[in-house]
Amino acid sequence: MFEDLIYVLTKYDSWLWQGFLLTIQLLAVSVVFGSILAIPLAIARVSKLVWVQAVPFAFIYVFRGTPLIAQLFMMYYGCGQLISNIDGIQDHWTWTYLRDPYWYCLLTFVLNTAAYMAEIMRGGIQNVPNGEIEAARACGMTPFTTYRRIIFPRMWQIIWPAYTNDVIFTLKATSLASTVTMMELTGAARKIVARTALPYEAFISAGVIYLIIVYFLTFGFKGIEKYLRRNERREGQKSGPAKAGGTV
Amino acid sequence: MKNWIKVATAAAVGVALSASAASAAWEKVVIATEGAYPPFNYVDKDGNLQGFDVDFAKKLCETAKIECEIVAQDWDGIIPGLLAKKYDAIIAQMSITEERKRSIDFSNYYSVTPAVFVGKEGMSLTAWKDGAIVEGALDGKVIGVQRSTTHSAFLEDNFPNAEIRMYDTQDNALLDLTAGRIDATLADSGVLVEWVKSDAGKGYAFISDTFAPKEFFGEGTGMGIRKEDQDLKEILNKALAEMLANGSYQTINKKYFKEINLHPN
Repeated sequence: MFEDLIYVLTKYDSWLWQGFLLTIQLLAVSVVFGSILAIPLAIARVSKLVWVQAVPFAFIYVFRGTPLIAQLFMMYYGCGQLISNIDGIQDHWTWTYLRDPYWYCLLTFVLNTAAYMAEIMRGGIQNVPNGEIEAARACGMTPFTTYRRIIFPRMWQIIWPAYTNDVIFTLKATSLASTVTMMELTGAARKIVARTALPYEAFISAGVIYLIIVYFLTFGFKGIEKYLRRNERREGQKSGPAKAGGTV
Repeated sequence: MKNWIKVATAAAVGVALSASAASAAWEKVVIATEGAYPPFNYVDKDGNLQGFDVDFAKKLCETAKIECEIVAQDWDGIIPGLLAKKYDAIIAQMSITEERKRSIDFSNYYSVTPAVFVGKEGMSLTAWKDGAIVEGALDGKVIGVQRSTTHSAFLEDNFPNAEIRMYDTQDNALLDLTAGRIDATLADSGVLVEWVKSDAGKGYAFISDTFAPKEFFGEGTGMGIRKEDQDLKEILNKALAEMLANGSYQTINKKYFKEINLHPN
């Protein structure tokens, strides 16, 4: 077993490396663009106007309510087929991109991530203490400034643990990309299994790489969480000596 | 003393029972097939497994006088499932290769079908000529292939400048071929001959000669079994030889492929 593991790691290291790079790429793009897209969705979601709320509600409902693999197949085989049937599209310069599975994959992951994150952000926005928002209004802040200076910083603080969780969830979701021919880490492992018929060794190798990625993700996100909660630390320091003084 | 006899008798009965259990171990065999590789194995509209492999497996069991159950299993997990004893044999057009032999054993080969490229009518690809690779024949081309197959290994090892797309099923590769996302697909001619004739394959044709180099595609497809089940291997090989001798194999061959002889040697 151990020699087989070494055999897999040394002979197919380039496949695993390529898979690792693609996985990281898919993860980074989905999280960054998913988060950017999630912000307006979350703001619309907390609107008091029903018709403003309805659009993000429908979007989130559809993307959270269906399996990711079904969305991926819909996008890649469904939309892909429809696009390919447009007259003359296959001779158009955009066809190089439209035939590439990469963009369909990214789009699906971005939309899916956005749906989950928008819902997390909605929860965050709604949990910002009302008093703080009222105070901001009382100071004469416009709604935009209130969002920028009060609601968003508080929201990130509140949602960060859930957000971290969702990033890790997205990392694992990228493994579905191999079903539409994108050879990310899981795809690479499957390819190795096909070549060597050594399922344990190949999937253990891929699994360990996922664990390493998750280790660095949690480590980095913990650091950001500390930064986001820096005000609590300051408050703690302020109240600390005062209490000590009181007991003396 | 009497107790001692009792123990001895019990032991003797135990041995006899386990001996009979061993010889009867293969009265029932569970066989796995993929169910997504028409016309070799597929699921019909009523949900039943059909195809050459399925007919062959049924006849094989009949010939060997064993009771069989045929189950469908995804291609990627078909070897791990065998090792995990979810079933006892694989009859799913699995090519016999050295690397697969690292973990499982095979019966004698039971069919061989040459490979062929399929693409838009009028196109032409020559990747294999006069017993050798045509270097650079696929440069810049996007070729779809089912992953975990000898065809995919053949493309990856010999055509570094081609873009190889790996599909989980051949059906999906064909879908993308008609969508224009890949330029051609490489697969068993036995699978593709039917597709080219069908409505879905209108406008597409064989764009290369058929070829089956032994060094890449192996000696043919075998029935996969666990290494320790040598007695089952004997049973399967014997039944296969009997089917070839009495013509029942050829009947099934003709039913699915009029043009291709699946057991030429």
